[in-house]
Amino acid sequence: MSAPQAAAPTPQAAKDASQRRQKAMLADYFERLAAARENGTKVVYTFVPGNLVELIDALDMLPVLPEINALQSAMRKRSAGYIAEAEKAGHAEDVCSYVKCDIGMLKSGNTGPTGTKLPEPDLLLLSYTGCFTFMKWFELLRQEYHCPVVMLHVPYQAGGAVSGEMQRYVVDQLRQKVVPALEAVAGRRLDDGALRERLERSRQAEDDLVAVWDSARNRPSPIDAYFGGVYYIGPIFSAFRGGDGAVAYYRELRREVEDRVAHGEGPTTPDGSGAPERHRLVVEGPPNWTHFNDFWRMFSREGAVMVSSTYTRVGGLYDGGFRHDAERPLDSLAEYCLGCYTNLSLPARVDLLERDIRKYAADGFLINSVKSCNSFSAGQLLMLRELEQRTGVPGGFIESDLVDPRYFGKANIENRVQSYLQMLEARGKERTAA
Amino acid sequence: MKCAVGIDLGSTTTKAVLLDEDGRIVGRGITNSRSNYEVACAVAREEALSAARFELLRQAVEVAAGRDAHAAGAPATALQDAYRLELYLAELAELTAEIGTLLESRPMEAHRAALTPAAAEVLAEMAEGAALLFAPGAERKSDFFRDLAAAAFMHAAERVAGAGGVPFDRLAGLFDRAILNVETRLKSTDFGATLRRAAARVAAARGDGPGEAARLALLELADRVAALPIAEIAFVGTGYGRQTLPFPKEAIRSEILCHGRGAHRAYPGTRSVLDIGGQDTKAIQVDERGVVTGFQMNDRCAAGCGRYLGYIADELNLGLHELGPLALQARRAVKVNSTCTVFAGAELRERLALGQRREDILAGLHRSIMLRAMSLLARSGGVANQFTFTGGVCKNAMATRVLGELVGEHYGAGITINTDPDSIYMGALGAALFALDDARAGRPALLPAFAAPRGAAA
Amino acid sequence: MSGPATAPAAARPADPAAGVLARARHLVEDRSLSAVAAWKAAHPGALAIGYLPIYVPRPLLEAMGCLPVAVFGGGDQVDIIRGDSYFQSYICHIPRSTVELGLAGDLDALDGMIFPSICDVIRNLGGMWKLLFRGRYSAYLDLPQDFDPALGGRFYVAELTRIAAELRSRGAAPLSDGNLRRAIADENRRREALVTLDELRRSEPWRVPASEAYLVARAGGALPAPEHRDLLQEYVRAALERQVRSYDNVRVVVVGSFCEQPPLELIRTLEMAGCDIVDDDFQLGLRMIEGAVDADATDPLEALATAYLERGAATASRYIAEERKGAALVRRARDASADGVIFAAASFCDPALLDQPMLEAALADAGIPHTSLKFAENTGQFQVIREQAGAFSDAVKLWGSAA
Repeated sequence: MSAPQAAAPTPQAAKDASQRRQKAMLADYFERLAAARENGTKVVYTFVPGNLVELIDALDMLPVLPEINALQSAMRKRSAGYIAEAEKAGHAEDVCSYVKCDIGMLKSGNTGPTGTKLPEPDLLLLSYTGCFTFMKWFELLRQEYHCPVVMLHVPYQAGGAVSGEMQRYVVDQLRQKVVPALEAVAGRRLDDGALRERLERSRQAEDDLVAVWDSARNRPSPIDAYFGGVYYIGPIFSAFRGGDGAVAYYRELRREVEDRVAHGEGPTTPDGSGAPERHRLVVEGPPNWTHFNDFWRMFSREGAVMVSSTYTRVGGLYDGGFRHDAERPLDSLAEYCLGCYTNLSLPARVDLLERDIRKYAADGFLINSVKSCNSFSAGQLLMLRELEQRTGVPGGFIESDLVDPRYFGKANIENRVQSYLQMLEARGKERTAA
Repeated sequence: MKCAVGIDLGSTTTKAVLLDEDGRIVGRGITNSRSNYEVACAVAREEALSAARFELLRQAVEVAAGRDAHAAGAPATALQDAYRLELYLAELAELTAEIGTLLESRPMEAHRAALTPAAAEVLAEMAEGAALLFAPGAERKSDFFRDLAAAAFMHAAERVAGAGGVPFDRLAGLFDRAILNVETRLKSTDFGATLRRAAARVAAARGDGPGEAARLALLELADRVAALPIAEIAFVGTGYGRQTLPFPKEAIRSEILCHGRGAHRAYPGTRSVLDIGGQDTKAIQVDERGVVTGFQMNDRCAAGCGRYLGYIADELNLGLHELGPLALQARRAVKVNSTCTVFAGAELRERLALGQRREDILAGLHRSIMLRAMSLLARSGGVANQFTFTGGVCKNAMATRVLGELVGEHYGAGITINTDPDSIYMGALGAALFALDDARAGRPALLPAFAAPRGAAA
Repeated sequence: MSGPATAPAAARPADPAAGVLARARHLVEDRSLSAVAAWKAAHPGALAIGYLPIYVPRPLLEAMGCLPVAVFGGGDQVDIIRGDSYFQSYICHIPRSTVELGLAGDLDALDGMIFPSICDVIRNLGGMWKLLFRGRYSAYLDLPQDFDPALGGRFYVAELTRIAAELRSRGAAPLSDGNLRRAIADENRRREALVTLDELRRSEPWRVPASEAYLVARAGGALPAPEHRDLLQEYVRAALERQVRSYDNVRVVVVGSFCEQPPLELIRTLEMAGCDIVDDDFQLGLRMIEGAVDADATDPLEALATAYLERGAATASRYIAEERKGAALVRRARDASADGVIFAAASFCDPALLDQPMLEAALADAGIPHTSLKFAENTGQFQVIREQAGAFSDAVKLWGSAA
């Protein structure tokens, strides 16, 4: 599906328009957060998987996503200190580093990624989706902030499908628990029309996002669906889904990607264009945030491009056709929560990866197993074996962590990555020779 | 002779292997790794080259002996020992000079008066005893200068310090600083000149030998061999990438691929390889062409690596090499549950306190490590016939035995297990094979000419 | 500072509880489930269904003619190779040994497995089970985290109904209100026997060492409720017959070990170090519902569900909304007249370890001393734990605090 080479590729120095827009959106968001107390804007803390941003925004409240604070702290090299604070306060070494980073940040003055103090929550929306640790996280935060908590129990898709009872359970909780709790904090009733507008905008953005993911079928892929993908999901996952900003962002992004396809260009990497595409990989597992660019370079310099990833589906899986639906507000919100990647059964995850390996014609798949996240990590070695058997495509396995730099052994990881890529190279040659 | 060079920069030792154009192994060299990687590589390569030349010499001597029973006469081993002695003496001279320089430095002012004669005495004793180290049939614990010199120095220093005047620690400190500088300094050895001196030494030692003719014949052979051109046509380096390897990127291959390839070259029927090193453990699967199809590494957890055994040896105040033999004398294997090295020590102490036999506990500990290794193998795809066991731990007879039992239990009795005392060279062998591939494909990388000798390391 | 007083060997009377303890121990150590196989042979066509910690409502299974079998992994007796090959180093031990047992055929007597929602590791283990043992029944029980009868209660009833239907389709007897009421009544009686045991432990710990209470409780894992009730009662009777001196140890509650089980030796070590474990959560599954479930309810399934919602024990895997986190633990400690709390968490156990700081804070505010340790089901050395527990009990005795 490649297109003929055009004239000069885009100069590396200039940031894409979509990147600039995202930066502006984020800056604006943090300003609003900083002014929230002053303006009387209510703040709701919630999680990326199962985030109900349309509801929160429809009530003119601002969402805060502690997971994103944690990863931002890591990218700014502050997580080690925060984690140390949390461990000093009695948190075990064995537990999730996102939580410890957040607790540590709290104990260090709760200064957010942009240097301004984050507003305290008026409500903790405990969207219990796909991760046990979320429950503990907000139990901990409740003790710190002494604010109301509302639990949304999103049942696990153990059987590989959503039953009527599961759907009903979530919808009923939304109607009878979550919306009333949000309304109580907002001080007014939810306007049905406001919600529907936002859901419709979400749908539009999701259409464009899926087109962006699909573009990776091209050779070369115009996107890196893992490292680059993390930037693409920002607006959808964080505070912006359902807003005009997100719609504009994804439309722009899609155009940029289509433009790259037309010019036969590969993705932008930390070093500009990166090496020409040699390996196409599907990735399972979250990225490492403390050494994000270093990690990316281990691949981009060897021409290894990620054509799909599962992490980019934790905040919503749209590839299978699901969209937020203005016609069925609470129902589609429930479906959305139930469908987030970490809420899927292990067999379903294997099926998804197998599908992606074939869909994107991957030469290999990689598992980045993170110590903090049992939801992702427990069972990945079985997934590795299953996928190799089913697809014949070799799997690589590396181990790191989300935001605790002590668990990113650069030399070890480089060794494994290089060995894996060289192995792919050698096998590729062998197949050609045969 | 044209040859491809493979170098494996390990954490403890650096190895080099030379292959001729037909892929035959013509030389192997090994030295202790050190903080200056380039020097380590250069030394390993020198060793391999001299090994290659010695092999050529041995062949030449054989041919000559075939022609004339009285010609040459000196077995190549005697010559090699003498050669090593010459190298040792040369490095000893460097060490002596380095110690001299250190003594002249300002920080040494206070102690100079006492230290200088003491050091001189120690060094003299070392020089005297050097020949014995390399006498025919002499058993050396190591061939590395650092190890031999340290042992000799400390032995002499104890005596000298004991005799009065100078604290042992101060003398030892001198050695520690000096050796660092000596072994990180790049130097080139003149094979020919050193070989001549060695040949002269051997000939002189043979009082009642075949006589002057033989001596001259040997010298002539030595000259001829020394002059033989050995051209390096391709190079690949590998090694544990803690820091950047001092090779150009095109010349580097992952140690996993090199190891798998090397093992396959040594055992063409092998399909699974387990390497238990000091710092990490690798389980590698290869296909019929030696291409790696899968691998798993344990590079994070000491349990299951050689380090675990080192830790146990320390706890029991034993040498590493004593663990295996002791464990083999177990009457029953005590089940050791702690898979973590942190707890293994505590568990060991507790069991000893309870009166359990050292041998029995060791047997249990060996089983514990090998279970970890088996798990890694299972993770990488299992154990396929044949199975090759490499790495420092494969020299441990108990480890090998337990591994055999476990493989039999879990993968059936029909699996052939290769354990190879030369397995330490497998990475370098694989690297050399890749180098040969590159040469044949017209894309060889060459061993960098390392920079000229630097000043003393800080 | 240990169990029943010892007299010179020749004159020492036989321990009246020796027999029942031996049977209990045999059941607990029955890793290849021979007792389950025997039960199946005696009940042709009936299903034996294994389940992981913490809790699955056993009466539901027994009502359908099934034998519920509590699975706790392989303890310290299983050599793990394949089990380890599926799990990274920072994951707890119980899934490794469970997989090992499964792959070795030790669990072949089971017709299926239920994985309750306790944490992500067990959750994912359920998925792994489906891939490793295709064709064998593997189900997830998603216990509700909403406790409103119309929401979480309704969902929970739907979950139980689903599992019942799945079991039925695999040959279990149909679930009827009658069967279920009977099973609930049996469970209530077993529960009472446990209460009696627990009360005796609390009032006379020298008569009922924690390690023995542990064995007789855990022995019920593969027994029908009435048989377990009998075993418990037999043990209590025997314990009451013992000639023992009372002694004065420090009274502790041990929490955090509700899934991966500590080795028996660890429990003994704590006792030998001067701690009477007067309450614990080792076998929490059997004690999950406080009090009896209404065995005469018109809708017994509803009653079972409601009992969980209203009287389910507070534990790390259950969302606590209504009161301060740790209040339940403080109550427990006070009810048991405990001098302190020992947190014994399995290494890498997310639920126990994440909960701990909150629970510790509650204890600190209530002035209850505590200490904490970690273990694995195959921990082989206890020296450090002995010293730690000893120091704790000494400190509590001397100063009434852990300082």
